[in-house]
Amino acid sequence: MKAYDLFDLASRNLRESVLRNGLTTAGIAVGVASLLAMLSLGVGLQQLAGKRLSGSGLFDTIAVSPQRTSGRDRGGETPHDGEPRILDEAARQHIVRLPNVVDVQPEIRFLSEVRFRDRSHVVSVGGLAPSARDNEAFEKMQGTFFSSAAAREAILKNELAKQLNEGNPPAVIGQELVIRYAERRPLPPSTPADSESEDGSAAGDEDYGFTVVRREEKLRITGIIDNEPYGGMRSSSRAGVFIPTQLAEELNIMQASDVSGASRTGASGKTYASLMVRVSDPTKAQAVEDAIGKMGFRTFSILDASQGLRRFFTILDLFLGIFGSLALAVASLGIINTLVMAVLERRREIGIMKAIGASDKDVQKLFFAEAGAMGLAGGVAGVLLGHAIGAAINFGTGIYLQRHQLPPETVWAAPLWLIAAAISFAIVVSLVSGLYPARRAARLDPVQALRYE
Amino acid sequence: MENAQPFPAPLVRTINLSRQYNMGASVIRAVDNVSVEIARGEFVALLGASGSGKSTLLHLLAGLDRPTSGSIEVAGRELGQLSAQELARYRRHTVGMVFQSFNLVPSMTLEENVELPMLFAEVDRQERRTRARQALERVGLAARMRHRPSEISGGEQQRASLARALVNEPVLLLADEPTGNLDSRTGEEIMSLIREFNQTLQMTVLLVTHEAPLADRFARRVLQMGDGKLIAPQVTSVASEAAQ
Repeated sequence: MKAYDLFDLASRNLRESVLRNGLTTAGIAVGVASLLAMLSLGVGLQQLAGKRLSGSGLFDTIAVSPQRTSGRDRGGETPHDGEPRILDEAARQHIVRLPNVVDVQPEIRFLSEVRFRDRSHVVSVGGLAPSARDNEAFEKMQGTFFSSAAAREAILKNELAKQLNEGNPPAVIGQELVIRYAERRPLPPSTPADSESEDGSAAGDEDYGFTVVRREEKLRITGIIDNEPYGGMRSSSRAGVFIPTQLAEELNIMQASDVSGASRTGASGKTYASLMVRVSDPTKAQAVEDAIGKMGFRTFSILDASQGLRRFFTILDLFLGIFGSLALAVASLGIINTLVMAVLERRREIGIMKAIGASDKDVQKLFFAEAGAMGLAGGVAGVLLGHAIGAAINFGTGIYLQRHQLPPETVWAAPLWLIAAAISFAIVVSLVSGLYPARRAARLDPVQALRYE
Repeated sequence: MENAQPFPAPLVRTINLSRQYNMGASVIRAVDNVSVEIARGEFVALLGASGSGKSTLLHLLAGLDRPTSGSIEVAGRELGQLSAQELARYRRHTVGMVFQSFNLVPSMTLEENVELPMLFAEVDRQERRTRARQALERVGLAARMRHRPSEISGGEQQRASLARALVNEPVLLLADEPTGNLDSRTGEEIMSLIREFNQTLQMTVLLVTHEAPLADRFARRVLQMGDGKLIAPQVTSVASEAAQ
């Protein structure tokens, strides 16, 4: 029998007893809907947690610092390739070139006297990289983020904005703020011979030093934030004023670590006390961390928490899937029942079809097609029903969150792959359910069937 | 076998054909050692009381049942050796069947019923329509094409089932008590139609019946069965029509 004839015949047979087949199909639809609702809830919650996790900026960041030179705490064990490396510009460029690294930024933090409308305030200033824009602290900021990586702009913490302009803190946005800082100016390398150059040691010919100059810079205030970015985990995030990290580097603003870097042996040029490495995906953090560790630096990240969370969601998905599948399992019994009844009822018809030339396979395919058609119809109806349930869940959650003065969240999400999988699963389950009835129909003895009245 | 008739190879030939059923401990010999030949174009009636095994013989010839032993050859094919798939093909193309209770599919219109065998023969939709219409015209039911079996009379239903039997142009028509559920006048009409097919389409006909007068009037040859055995093959004269 040709495929479209088979489908025609199957669908007309299904239409012959609309109520029964409709109810069976509705059973499948309920099964698919419950499966979809459960799995989508799992996916939605996972997306929500994932968004919060990456928004916090805790799990895609690796802090890098140099190895301690003194072997005091580690006995005779020499770390890695034996010589402690200095976290300088070369090392930074090396890390930037590692795969999956988004950016590498030094931590900028210094104390400054800022002037606003002729009043001075002493505050801590922190640097922010462009990638910080994704941090959840900036989700509900007033104003805008820095317009470019080295813009002469500043973002204020709410507390400071209140100090600057008590009546109407947001009014400070767009106004000018002057920060005072210490510029580190390198000395030319060809300084006349000091006491130390007679040493003749390895680092002798590249002496490093700088002078400090007091400077001021006018910045435009672009935004105000309520919370500390990165949950206050970094020292630079606990500041009153934030400026672009690159601007701080261009202005050569002196850091506390510059002093210790200058006094260390082997240091040539600028060094960093620590660098913040941002990776493209929290799952890649481990590999990047290992690679940096091999270079001879100390690393730190909050990795285990996200791994545990992923394990939790895998288990949650599994349980939700099992509960969702239960309804579909019941529905598959419905299909078996309906088709077995249909085989009994249509005994005579099957006998007639065989007598006028239907093969066993034709009969089997016909019942298979009927099962598959019910699965398809039930799957599609189930997806629609599941969507309605999901919309209701989201709506209900929205109301609940609103009542608790929380922003709305999407807890239910059905991605396209899940919808396609749900429909395919419904068809497969239906076909498996049709296996036994179809075989029974195919094996029917036509002589017996025609004798039966 | 005894004297060479000018027939080519017979269309149907059974040799020592038997079909037994096991009913618990006892064995029922529904068809017992039957050897018979039917030539192409013949109209043969198979007479017998109910339970004589005539229907079982018919089912064996229709390829719906398989013999326990012996040989059954139709149109050069040994049916006992065909696979299930080949047997279905044989039913589709070589034989047409008519039943006492018509056996039309009640949910389908007459047109769809007549199209059904062609569905299994994978005939194109367009051609199916044309051939179904022609077959229904042939039995005088062109006007009833869109009716369901329940909406027409028994005689009309049997005509429709005749149309269904001939739509794939089989060489052998097997009719199992085709007039059993009809009044005598309608039965007469159906028999005339079958005779017409036999004469104009050269279709070989095997008619199973328990009505001797009917067999005598329409068949060229009457076979008698009893207890699964062929009793006495007798040739009836065309003159028997006058006997009525």
